[in-house]
Amino acid sequence: MIPLNHYLLLSAILFTMGALGVLIRRNALIIFMSIELMLNSANLAFVAFARSFEQTSGQPVFNGQLFVFFVIAVAAAEVAIGLALIVAIFRVKRNVDVDQMSSLKG
Amino acid sequence: MDFTLIFFYVLAATAVATALGLLLSRNAVYAALFLVLNLATVAVFYLLLGAPFVAMAQITVYAGAIMVLFLFVIMLLGAEKLPQGEVLPWQRPLAIGAAALLLVEAGYLLLQRVRLTAALPDPGTWENSMDALRQMASLLFTGYLLPFEVTSVLLLVAMVGAIVLTKREKGEPA
Amino acid sequence: MEGIFTLAPLLVFLPVLGLLINIAFGGRMSEKVIGWLASAAAGATFVVSALLAYALWAANGEAVTVPFADWITIGTLHIPWTFRVDTLSVTMMLVVSGVGTLIHIYAIGYMHEDVRFKGDPKRFRRFFVFMNLFIAMMMILVSGDSYLMLFVGWEGVGLCSFLLIGFWYDMDTLGRPSWANSNAAKKAFITNRIGDFGFLLAGMTMFWAFGSVQFGEVFGRAEEIAAAQPGIIIAITLFMLIGVTGKSAQIPLYVWLPDAMAGPTPVSALIHAATMVTAGVYLIARSWPLYTLVPDAQYIVALVGAVTALFAATIAVGQYDIKKVLAYSTISQLGFMVAAVGMGAFVAGMFHLVTHAFFKALLFLSAGSVILGLERGHHHLAHHKGHEEHEEVFDPGDMRNMGGLRKRMPVTFWLYIIGTLALAGIFPFAGFWSKDEILLDAAKLHPEVFALLLTAAFFTAFYMGRQIWMVFFGEPRHAAAAHAEESPKIITVPLMVLAGLSLLGGALNLPGVHTFGHWLEHTIEMVEHEAHLPAWLAISWGGLNPLVALASTVLALLAIYFSWLIYGRKPLITGQIDPLKKALGPIFTGMEHKWYVDEFYWAVFVDRYVDIARFLADVVDWRFWHDWFHEKVIAGTYNWLSHIALNRYADQKGIDAFFNGLGELTKRAAASLRRLQNGFVRSYALAVLLGVVLIVGYLVIR
Repeated sequence: MIPLNHYLLLSAILFTMGALGVLIRRNALIIFMSIELMLNSANLAFVAFARSFEQTSGQPVFNGQLFVFFVIAVAAAEVAIGLALIVAIFRVKRNVDVDQMSSLKG
Repeated sequence: MDFTLIFFYVLAATAVATALGLLLSRNAVYAALFLVLNLATVAVFYLLLGAPFVAMAQITVYAGAIMVLFLFVIMLLGAEKLPQGEVLPWQRPLAIGAAALLLVEAGYLLLQRVRLTAALPDPGTWENSMDALRQMASLLFTGYLLPFEVTSVLLLVAMVGAIVLTKREKGEPA
Repeated sequence: MEGIFTLAPLLVFLPVLGLLINIAFGGRMSEKVIGWLASAAAGATFVVSALLAYALWAANGEAVTVPFADWITIGTLHIPWTFRVDTLSVTMMLVVSGVGTLIHIYAIGYMHEDVRFKGDPKRFRRFFVFMNLFIAMMMILVSGDSYLMLFVGWEGVGLCSFLLIGFWYDMDTLGRPSWANSNAAKKAFITNRIGDFGFLLAGMTMFWAFGSVQFGEVFGRAEEIAAAQPGIIIAITLFMLIGVTGKSAQIPLYVWLPDAMAGPTPVSALIHAATMVTAGVYLIARSWPLYTLVPDAQYIVALVGAVTALFAATIAVGQYDIKKVLAYSTISQLGFMVAAVGMGAFVAGMFHLVTHAFFKALLFLSAGSVILGLERGHHHLAHHKGHEEHEEVFDPGDMRNMGGLRKRMPVTFWLYIIGTLALAGIFPFAGFWSKDEILLDAAKLHPEVFALLLTAAFFTAFYMGRQIWMVFFGEPRHAAAAHAEESPKIITVPLMVLAGLSLLGGALNLPGVHTFGHWLEHTIEMVEHEAHLPAWLAISWGGLNPLVALASTVLALLAIYFSWLIYGRKPLITGQIDPLKKALGPIFTGMEHKWYVDEFYWAVFVDRYVDIARFLADVVDWRFWHDWFHEKVIAGTYNWLSHIALNRYADQKGIDAFFNGLGELTKRAAASLRRLQNGFVRSYALAVLLGVVLIVGYLVIR
């Protein structure tokens, strides 16, 4: 019998750590992975809520789970494109340090 | 002493630890592997929450396909090395501070203001049955048909895009 | 018969018509036409005057007012332009227009020669325009029914005097380029102005006391006002006296008249002998209701006149210019007139005015004839001897250049004799009767005035005799005089008419008959003074006292004899100094230099006035007002305001700084904000996170 807010707190912690990863790390791939971590934590929250609604309404609620399903699909697509981008950039810059990709400066 | 609760805490610790490992590893491969572990842990959470299909999907697609893709690229790029020093000195402290603040706010909200203390039941047998799966599938193909189709187009576009982006022109070095 | 009175406005408008025609068409007309047109205008005025006189006589001398136009109507102030036809004004009208016409005719011939001697024939037309203007103004003066209308004419004749004295404005009397003539004209105008100021004070006081300046209203209420405020009447009459001393050349404002001889001789004759100068006498005669109420003021008037008479006569003795002698003679004779009307002898004064007009005009015009004669002789010489002769400065009016002219100019000579005898007051010429009446009245009323006038009469005869001997007898003292030529008929015929009037003019007011006296009495109430007279004065042959008459005649003859002794027996030769100079020494020098009155006026009044004017102009106006106040205070303040205050501080430091600062601020803000865009994705992400934190924080706190 795990209270809902435990799951949500965990989700928040994971999300924060993912955000921290995006902000702190300079390796583009690590950043990408941190983004996946953040998405993941959001998925966790979705499923937790789905379960909680099921609890309150009595009927099984699958909306949250389906949403997670879509998120995973989209995450896959996004990873594909993102990695392709990183590869393309790597070909030019020979490294994946995001601090090197700062030509659009004001 | 609720066994589930203890189990939850252990898993939670694992998840946080692996996330931390992802954050802190210098080596990208290690980071990827930590992430895989994290995803697996979250899949177990899904099972705890009575969503077996999503758990499986997570492991198959997320940990299995996406992370493998990641690892491929990491190996391909040989991107372990990190070149010169830090250019944004204030980035790290500020980021940690902001994240901590966010955490504090989220914690406050969740624990003090929005008291969602209703306990979630452990999964029973029904969740693992075919009926549940059937219900979820029919919902997917009726109510969520449009997103389903759009997502498939999205995947197609992603494929095309990935190919286009990485396509090598004639004579371009690898 | 009443219809004739409505012709009165023509008195003014016929001369105006004449001058307008001359202005408009004179450029295309010959000199003869211009001159005869102007003379015809004057003549027509005389005809109208005669008609008015006749109509008045038929109406038994009852005064008639002919309203003409409304002039000023403001509130209760109503001043119309009304013509007054009564015996006094008609007398003046006849004299002015009659003598005026004769002088116009004379002037045709005189100016024809004069413009050629002076070298500008184109000015002929101007002369006659001004002459007609003068006649018109004089008519306004004598025909006015209020003091204001009189003043309009008064000022108008002053203007014409200025215009005509300064006719040759760019020359002096000898034709050389100079300011002299225009200065003389200015002197006349300004001196008259001082007198006019007195007249204005009188008019304003009158309006204040009476509420009107119409003759009828003022004279009707004179006694009542005099009873209530006697001082007012004295003030009015004395102020008027100031005006009279200006216009009629009495002490102290007579100084303009001798200078006025700078104008052509017809001007001297008409304006400064016969008509304009008599306006003062007319004014006093017209104001008899006021004067008879204030015997003190009357006495002052009489004294002023008598002293002037003697003073001017003494100056005349020492003059060398033929016209100047006559000018001072005029001042002297005006003194007689002013003394007469001052004493209350209005008839005597007006009678003398009329006869004086005749013989003084005759004398002036004859003097003009003499001057022309000498000019002709001079030019005759110049043409024969070539042009070297023109280098010499020749004054045709200087009696020292004359002599023996009775042989060269006989007609002029006899005419001059007639005028002289009339002026000297020799029986039976006109001057005898009029001057004698004045002397008699003086003897009866104020013995001191009588003494002064008698002495003046002695001098009068003396200087006229001196003039006759110097001009017409002896040998010519200059080649020009030796070649002088007689004047043409157009000049001599009007003189003959005047001579006739000078001879027979006495008939106007013969003792016993007193035609003129009765005529005037319709307008002026004469008061008979039956005060205790000594026996010898009480004798009266119809108004004439034989003793006084005898005394004055004997004195005159004595004076002529003395003049013969000095100037006639041994006529002067060329370059000889006047014998009286040796005899009288400094007294003669004083006479010769007009008793230094002009010099005194210049030093005391004119130079001080110029000093004040210069002070005001240089110091007050330029140094204070312009240099300091305007430049430093106003311009300086304004410049300070605009350069320093507004430009430097407000504009540059204030507004510019503000807007520049605004731009600077924008630049710096942009420069600093630009650094946010450092190109690093991580920092952008951080910014997003910070935003999220803030929003969530807000929700938390809320």
